[in-house]
Amino acid sequence: MTRWGSSPTTRPFAPGNAVSIVKIPPVLRSYTDGEREVSADGASVGDVLEGLAASHPDTRGQLFDERGQLNRFVNVYLNDEDVRVLDGLQTAVGSDDTLVILPAMAGGSQTPAAAESAI
Amino acid sequence: MASGAEVIRRAKDEIREVDPREVRDLSLNGAANGAVLVDVREQHEFEESRIPGAVHVPRGHLESRIEGAAPDRSQRVVLYCASGNRSALAAHTLQQLLGYEHAESMEGGITLWKDRGYDVEVPRALTADQRQRYSRHLLIPEIGLEGQMKLLDAKVLLLGAGGLGSPVALYLAAAGVGTLGIVDDDDVDLTNLQRQIAHTNDRVGTPKVDSAEQSIADINPDVEVVKYKTRLDAENIMEIIDGYDVIVDGADNFPTRYLLNDASVRLRIPVVSASILGFDGQLSVFAPYEGPCYRCLYPTPPPAELAPSCGANGVLGVLPGTMGMLQATEVIKLIVGVGEPLVGRLLLYEALSETFTELKVKRDPECPICSRDPDSISDDEMGQFPDYEAFCAG
Repeated sequence: MTRWGSSPTTRPFAPGNAVSIVKIPPVLRSYTDGEREVSADGASVGDVLEGLAASHPDTRGQLFDERGQLNRFVNVYLNDEDVRVLDGLQTAVGSDDTLVILPAMAGGSQTPAAAESAI
Repeated sequence: MASGAEVIRRAKDEIREVDPREVRDLSLNGAANGAVLVDVREQHEFEESRIPGAVHVPRGHLESRIEGAAPDRSQRVVLYCASGNRSALAAHTLQQLLGYEHAESMEGGITLWKDRGYDVEVPRALTADQRQRYSRHLLIPEIGLEGQMKLLDAKVLLLGAGGLGSPVALYLAAAGVGTLGIVDDDDVDLTNLQRQIAHTNDRVGTPKVDSAEQSIADINPDVEVVKYKTRLDAENIMEIIDGYDVIVDGADNFPTRYLLNDASVRLRIPVVSASILGFDGQLSVFAPYEGPCYRCLYPTPPPAELAPSCGANGVLGVLPGTMGMLQATEVIKLIVGVGEPLVGRLLLYEALSETFTELKVKRDPECPICSRDPDSISDDEMGQFPDYEAFCAG
């Protein structure tokens, strides 16, 4: 009999390595092979983002600064809450949670200040 | 049998007539000292002009409706009509048949009142054309006549007449927003027509503000268009946005978005903000001091490689339509004062998966702009960041 927890191909369920969904914004999808959602392991927001950076190394520079802190221009939401108002990268993450990475977007009407844009 | 003139004369003999000056003094003293001023003319006369504070009980409905206006028969009731005859007869009826102890008639009616130069109120009403044009709004209780009047009185500034600005302009014009300001320095280009629906093939090469004005006029001549064929910058922004009730931000670059944020916080003008890229959109309402501002949401603009609007990028042509409609909806809600505006919430739209995601946005107590008194924000600070202009350099 094979149980999920003892299957050699299935990681045993434990809070320490829950799998979360990370939603990738359009500007980062070139770093995730076009994937809009990526699964990543981790018990905290920081762990999950590290998991993302490990599987898609080009995202690291966009997410973290040289000190390993979340870049100020990147918002990360745990479900619908900004992790800045939670515990930041230390915020605990469960297996049903979704992380949303959200850099600001400016696309809209074409304005003279950026007239070279076709948006 | 007495003549009509004789009946009126007798009625006047049996009631008290008051001079317009006395009535004016009553109303100047506030709440008319417990007295009720009743206009007994016909509906159309009342709609044209009336004495401020008067209630309307047409003489034909006097007996059945007066108790609604003056329930206490011992209170003073001053009636007026156009010249003082109908009100004398009405006062006589109140006194003789209905037992009002102090029913009086104003001498000379509203005609003499006006001749004396006293204030009249001209109630606002829609024209017959407007009643037809806005009939579907009038049928919604949340909008109705009052809401439509608010829309007609409203001034909305559109930042850009492009992808987002086009549909917003057209729908707000159709909705009867009285004044639409449009800031855009650009000319219509063939590449715009895939999504910028305020512009047309035959207007390629003409200024977008002129093209948008034409489209707006074609839809609704009620709308006054104020054109700003200019770049929004720190020098002109305060002057341009001052006096507008709502600003619609569809700018495609971060310098303008931060500049607009800072100026709108200073002037306490709500901004309905949307952005689009590819198949994705974002929407929020930044209501200064009620909810977060743009800097609370995005404290720092991203570097050039993460700010693709600084270069040439694509967008699904209908996407600004989708996001622009949501913007127009929020604008109308803010003006009319109905519903829950998208304040403190960020709505993400993904067209490919057809999903909406709502995120919470809180005010940042450390926000460099909206945590402060608006009067303390100087011209020099607006839109400033280290290496600010560099963000679009790439």
